[in-house]
Amino acid sequence: MVQFTLPKNSKVRVGKTWPKPEGKNVRKFRIYRWDPDTGENPRVDTYFLDMDKCGPMVLDALIKIKNEVDPTLTFRRSCREGICGSCAMNIDGINTLACIYGLDEVKGDVAIYPLPHMPVVKDLIPDLTHFYAQHASIMPWLETKTNRPAKEWRQSIEDRKKLDGLYECVMCASCSTSCPSYWWNSDRYLGPAALLHAYRWIIDSRDEATGDRLDDLEDPFKLYRCHTIMNCAKTCPKGLNPAKAIAEIKKMMVERVV
Amino acid sequence: MRYLTDRKRAEGKGASHTGTEHHWYMQASGAALAFLVPVFVIALGRAFGRDHAGVVEFFARPHVAILTGLVLFVSMRHFAKGATMMIEDYARGSTRKALVIAAISLSYLITATGLFALARIAL
Repeated sequence: MVQFTLPKNSKVRVGKTWPKPEGKNVRKFRIYRWDPDTGENPRVDTYFLDMDKCGPMVLDALIKIKNEVDPTLTFRRSCREGICGSCAMNIDGINTLACIYGLDEVKGDVAIYPLPHMPVVKDLIPDLTHFYAQHASIMPWLETKTNRPAKEWRQSIEDRKKLDGLYECVMCASCSTSCPSYWWNSDRYLGPAALLHAYRWIIDSRDEATGDRLDDLEDPFKLYRCHTIMNCAKTCPKGLNPAKAIAEIKKMMVERVV
Repeated sequence: MRYLTDRKRAEGKGASHTGTEHHWYMQASGAALAFLVPVFVIALGRAFGRDHAGVVEFFARPHVAILTGLVLFVSMRHFAKGATMMIEDYARGSTRKALVIAAISLSYLITATGLFALARIAL
């Protein structure tokens, strides 16, 4: 059932305010904190950073806070260039990658929360176990029945171009966690990210399991919970359009029937 | 505690292999209503200002009666399927089933009542 209020033990309270550094260009960061080991409710801590001594991206600020202010702040990061998808979080109300989101894009205080509507492991780290399992369920690999060719599976330039705008997805979960349909029915709805990947393999000219893939998706919840809200396309930090991929799957489904 | 693997939870009961007909019906009925509703509203405009006998005479005309019947039937089927999807979005378990039954029943009730009234006027 859809929840409009947070459970009692998830209500966010005001947290600690850390000391303000000297300097003229100081900026305020409000960051969600939750430690499962303490048994306490989540809180929002306030940090201040001298922006003259900080890098330009939100991830730079988080790393600076962790290194110089509060080493207990927990978040995922790896590539720092928008390729690994690790540092996805909700910044200033937008699901995006902290490493490629500039601090100059945020007006006023910088509010940072974990990706919405996901279980939180700690602080800014969401539990993506179910999200990854859903991705695995769409069989994200080339399925063939023909005997393997001596050299390689060949593909025309035109067919290869059909994968553009799909293969670039880094599975950061920004899109799925911005989707209200995924919030309410993530147990059964695959969500924009998994469906974009599903379409990437459906449309691949070398794949021979198109019918099986469409069969596996034809379900009122797995696929048809998408109501074209378009939050996924709006928030995708890589500029992809999962809603269009889902619409293309629906078109293929209709073509099988009508 | 259930010792289910992550993959087992993600797969659930598998695909039901339905939903496309529902999706296609919503598109087809939506397109039909995009044509029917404006025509009906324009036609209805011509009934304004008449007295009761005049309105009854207006709805007794064959083309108005057929148009009204079509709007009633198509819009109520569209409503039933749309409401079902909306209920499925927000409700779970027995509540979901009860609300879906109620929405479908309501659509049939309105359709039957409307068509009955139309038949009495037009026939």
